[in-house]
Amino acid sequence: MKKPILLDCRNVWKIYGAQAGRVHAEHRGNPSAETLKNQGLIGAVRNASVQIRQGEIFVIMGLSGSGKSTLVRCLSRLIEPTGGEILFEGQDLLTMRDKELIEIRRKKMGMVFQHFALLPHLTVLQNAAFPLEIQGMGKAEREARAREVVELVGLKGREDYYPRQLSGGQQQRVGIARSLAVEPDLWFLDEPFSALDPLIRREMQDEFLRLQNLLHKTIVFITHDFDEAIRLADRIAVMKDGEIVQIATPEELILNPATEYVEEFTRHIPRSKVLTLGSVMSPGAVAGEAAGDLQATQRIEDCADQIEASDLPFRVLSEGGTVVGSIGRQIVVDILIGRKVSL
Amino acid sequence: MIRLRQIIQNSTVQFWTILFTVTWLLSRYSWDLYKTLDARWIIKYPAAARLPLEDKISAFMQWLVEDASFGLFSFRDMTRFIASLIEAPYDFARDLLIEGFSVGLGNEAVEIAPSLSWIAIIVTLAAMGHYARDWKLAALMGGCFLYLAVFGQWDSAMVTLASVLIAVPIGAIGGLMLGIFAYRWPVFEQVIRPLLDLMQTVPVFAYLVPILFLFGFGPVAALVATIIYAMPPMVRVTILALRAVPGEVKDVGVMVGCTKHQLMWKVMVPSAAPMLMVGVNQVIMLTLNMVIIASMIGAGGLGFDVLTALRRLDIGGGIEAGVAIVVMAIALDRLSQAFASRVAADHQLDPDLPLVKRHPWTVTVLVVAVGTFLLARLLPGIQSYPEAATLSTGTFWSDVIGYINVNYFDTFEAIKTAFLSYLLLPVKRFFVGIPWAWGIIAMTLIGWRVGGIRLSGMAGLFTAFIAASGLWDKAMVTVYLCGVSVLVASAIGIPMGILAAQNDRANRVINSLIDTLQTLPSFVYLIPVVMLFRVGDFSAMIAVVLYALAPAVRYAAHGIRNVDPQLIEAGLVSGCTPRQLLWRIKLPMALPELLLGLNQTIMLALSMLVITALVGTRDLGQQVYIALTKADSGLGIVAGLSVAFIAIIADRILSASAKRAKQRLGLMS
Repeated sequence: MKKPILLDCRNVWKIYGAQAGRVHAEHRGNPSAETLKNQGLIGAVRNASVQIRQGEIFVIMGLSGSGKSTLVRCLSRLIEPTGGEILFEGQDLLTMRDKELIEIRRKKMGMVFQHFALLPHLTVLQNAAFPLEIQGMGKAEREARAREVVELVGLKGREDYYPRQLSGGQQQRVGIARSLAVEPDLWFLDEPFSALDPLIRREMQDEFLRLQNLLHKTIVFITHDFDEAIRLADRIAVMKDGEIVQIATPEELILNPATEYVEEFTRHIPRSKVLTLGSVMSPGAVAGEAAGDLQATQRIEDCADQIEASDLPFRVLSEGGTVVGSIGRQIVVDILIGRKVSL
Repeated sequence: MIRLRQIIQNSTVQFWTILFTVTWLLSRYSWDLYKTLDARWIIKYPAAARLPLEDKISAFMQWLVEDASFGLFSFRDMTRFIASLIEAPYDFARDLLIEGFSVGLGNEAVEIAPSLSWIAIIVTLAAMGHYARDWKLAALMGGCFLYLAVFGQWDSAMVTLASVLIAVPIGAIGGLMLGIFAYRWPVFEQVIRPLLDLMQTVPVFAYLVPILFLFGFGPVAALVATIIYAMPPMVRVTILALRAVPGEVKDVGVMVGCTKHQLMWKVMVPSAAPMLMVGVNQVIMLTLNMVIIASMIGAGGLGFDVLTALRRLDIGGGIEAGVAIVVMAIALDRLSQAFASRVAADHQLDPDLPLVKRHPWTVTVLVVAVGTFLLARLLPGIQSYPEAATLSTGTFWSDVIGYINVNYFDTFEAIKTAFLSYLLLPVKRFFVGIPWAWGIIAMTLIGWRVGGIRLSGMAGLFTAFIAASGLWDKAMVTVYLCGVSVLVASAIGIPMGILAAQNDRANRVINSLIDTLQTLPSFVYLIPVVMLFRVGDFSAMIAVVLYALAPAVRYAAHGIRNVDPQLIEAGLVSGCTPRQLLWRIKLPMALPELLLGLNQTIMLALSMLVITALVGTRDLGQQVYIALTKADSGLGIVAGLSVAFIAIIADRILSASAKRAKQRLGLMS
């Protein structure tokens, strides 16, 4: 069963250049790439439609200049889109008055930034309490709440430090704490770990997954790192030149890349980390004897040793417990060594 | 037409040689030309065609002060209102620092409370030094102000400090607000930017005249002039600082749901604070720079002491008061810089600590203030520094200068004569001889050559304005003095900059020298120069050179240091000697920076030139100064605008050349 849609973004455009609005309107909200080029305009986001569902981690992936940061800024209306609709809980953010928008941002949205964007004159605690201060919450109350989130991100004991006294990873923890202080329904993360060293990045990804397990937020996560996208995402939107090329689960992206561009990304990803038994099994019951039962949702990486060690195939069970297929040693070996598998 | 354009824009060497030769010939023979043709207009702009601007402006000012009205209130009411707004806090600051509070007027005044004692003031400043940085700064602050007390400058210094205390907050906050408006509304910025340009190029004297007219002689007029002079850099710094706040930080503010007001005051301004403090530092330095000039229209204090000493040629007194200004400038400069780079305590203070521990300095200052107040009932020396214990260096300085003048008079005279006859006079003859009509044509051509049609039009028009105002001769004297001084300043400054860029130890020495030169208020340069060389163009030139040296050094050093290291390596690999490296690679690549340095040197030279009117130059500055003494608004503004126009033309032409040079070197697309 699908979860309800929290943020529905329909045909959003962001065009830069003189008279962008007029050109957009004249072509009935759908100017072609050629038109834009002829008019000397730049289509930073072109006709983007995404639906973000309650509780999912939705990753927008693209290289620099692909428009992913512009798109997320349109979604939060930090940038005014040229056209389209953005429905948040059914209300269009773009037609909303400033006052309502401020109210939604104060209570329902949180955002984490690539370069942390901490206020240099405030301590860790004051930074975390800043959104609450803006809302006019009393000092004692907001600091109590800020203390909770600072502890949540593992910075207990450093409440009175200033940002400049913290490492990059710690600063981003403060950024995360700040965005969580208001208990947002919708959580934007704009390349939150891109400015960190690879090892710290990995640690922060784990931390992020731990937090999401606790909090179950609805998340829009921007990254240029396909590994990161695969690791964190429930669904991924791949962007190129301002357009969304494909929206799919990590598994679908690898199995059925929509374009060569997407395939190029997926090529170097170890498939065993992404594919589940359900997507590579031979359908139907096992013909003869079976070595045992495995779940269709299990990743190949997690049961490869088991399958490979056995001469006999395994039964693959659906969530309901019925047998839906089988998997043997040959398929697993093919996938592990990256041989092209016909599925 | 097109041929002409090609010649002008393409053949560099020919263009400049021909232009110079024609100018020189015309300059040399303009007098003969006038005699043979009997055409006096060649050397003198015809009086009948003069713009009646001076009289118009004077009449307008007259009307403004006497008749202008906004319906409910007259213009005069408005200036009175502004004056009272400034006067009340100024009086308070003065009472607090030196006069003491009293009720009643004249002989019937009854003192109700004394001013702060000198000890309390010194302790306060030392405390601020410690709060802003450390014990060393506290000692510097205490030492500087103790110096003022011991050497008998205390009373004047406190009057000056009072005006600084009023001018700086108004200048800083006013500048901040204007900067914020300009940041928020680009239209406002469009309006204010040319005004700021003009305010920084119009010599101060020029607007002293209308201010004198509007506010009358006295401390208020002086404060208004100081604030107008010190505010523009704060506006610029504010715009820059707000623009420099990272986009993400601004986004944070929007995303947490800030209102516009919250975004500005809780996010933007605090994030920009360190840079804003740099602006405040500039306001302080400019305020001190104005101290002497402002005393011409009624500010008392140290500036007044210097001015009277200069007028009386009282060597010792002038140096004493001048040094006092320098001491104060250094102290306040270091203090404000320390505040700018101040790092807040690493951990917040525990609110459970007793008051004394949380605010040690506030408590100390209060204790000292109250303590000295009480003790002063018994010992008057605690209230004001005992006169018997002051030292005077005045006679010492007089003796030193006297000794030098007696023993080395011939040497100094020889130097002066040599400079005058081989450099100053020939250059002066050249510039003054240029017929005004050719001057306009030449500037138009140069503008066209370096910047195209718009610059050409502007240069031509501005030059024509100067000629049409009947100030051509005076303007040429200004150009000549400025030109010679810039030449000398560059000849000294650029090699110093090159040396500083290549040698660490030289860099340290030169840097501290330049820093000190820049902290000194411009007037101070006049004192020793006048003492040694007396009044005249040569003294003016030395003062200008000293004042304008800094940018030549700084930009040269910066330009050489910023040459792409790969180019230098390429040179080394090709076997360049250090000499070749400098002449073939570093200097050509640093050319754009050198031109910008030249630009700044010219700007500073022009602003200093006006001040040297006090030592008897005969240029536009003198016109402004005369206007000031006669309270002639028209003459003051027209002469002031002429100086500003010279500055603007020089600025635009050099910036355009720097841009061209950059493009040619591929440093800019």
